[in-house]
Amino acid sequence: MSAGWITILALALTTVLVRASGPLLVRGRPLPPQLAGVIDMLGPAVLTALIVVELLGGDGRIVVSAALAGVLAAGVVLLWRRNALLTAIVVAAAVTAGLRALG
Amino acid sequence: MRLRALTDHPSFRRGLRDGVPVAIAGVAVAVSFGVLARPVLGTAGAIVMSAIVFAGSAQFGSVAVLAAGGGPLAAIAAGILLNLRYVPMGVALAPSLRGGLGLQAIKAQAMVDYSWAAAMRGGGRFDVRYMVGLTVPMYIGWISGTAAGAFAGELLGDPEAIGLDAVFPAFFLALLMGTDAGRTLKATLAAGAAGLIALALIPVAPPGVPIIAACIAALIGFERRRPERPTDGRLDEVEAPAAAIREPG
Repeated sequence: MSAGWITILALALTTVLVRASGPLLVRGRPLPPQLAGVIDMLGPAVLTALIVVELLGGDGRIVVSAALAGVLAAGVVLLWRRNALLTAIVVAAAVTAGLRALG
Repeated sequence: MRLRALTDHPSFRRGLRDGVPVAIAGVAVAVSFGVLARPVLGTAGAIVMSAIVFAGSAQFGSVAVLAAGGGPLAAIAAGILLNLRYVPMGVALAPSLRGGLGLQAIKAQAMVDYSWAAAMRGGGRFDVRYMVGLTVPMYIGWISGTAAGAFAGELLGDPEAIGLDAVFPAFFLALLMGTDAGRTLKATLAAGAAGLIALALIPVAPPGVPIIAACIAALIGFERRRPERPTDGRLDEVEAPAAAIREPG
């Protein structure tokens, strides 16, 4: 079996296990009520970290590329109209592509 | 939650409806994955991976390792690290899941970043039916987009030249702006601290670790006593964040 298929099958299995781990660890017990606020903050924290890593992380170093300007432009679109998800994504790609075309 | 009871439930149906524009945006991300993965995994491999892994960042991360000449063990390790955030996310979700443990584990498979965050209802609670409803069109879009990218990728040319690498972070920025970040002080601090932790760890830690470590920032939300009701001032807590980030028409 090739390296690619080994990776695909192993990741499929581990992803199922990782997704199942939450309920299997908690086993129906109620979480301490103090954690409710922590859970509410997990969303903003995970999302920001994902954006930072996807946008600025490259091969173990911080890389600033045209995509940063593209995503900032998407942010401006979203500030102007918060429900314009598709527009924001198209603007992000277009600004990034435009800047790269200009060199 | 029997299947019929689930598919007839208004929360599930609202999730399906709200999930369609999100899935269309997600198709752009999936196309870029298909384009990047085809030379590494082959057309069938790229599509099968999207169908049975269905975890964007782990798929991008592991394919990047293979493309750079790394072996399967390194690729699998990168993918697992990038998925580990689902452990704290799943623990957060667990008290909102009903049914036996096996059924809960199955429902947790519908957890993807977008639907998980959009199904948050404050006070540590989640609308699980809404989450599952959101995930259904996203899953279909993820596989279709991967197939489109894998089959037609050569027509698109270099994915970076057309800015596809900005699509994934822009997608998550839209979701972040639907949360309390920028609205309440705590959420803004949690987001800012998480971003700084992730940034600081990028040069020194393998992929995935910066994201897990950034979860520590959520401890800003620790409260000695849980308030009687969510204090975010929203009158209608059933209204979904994702419903607000929907393209009109």
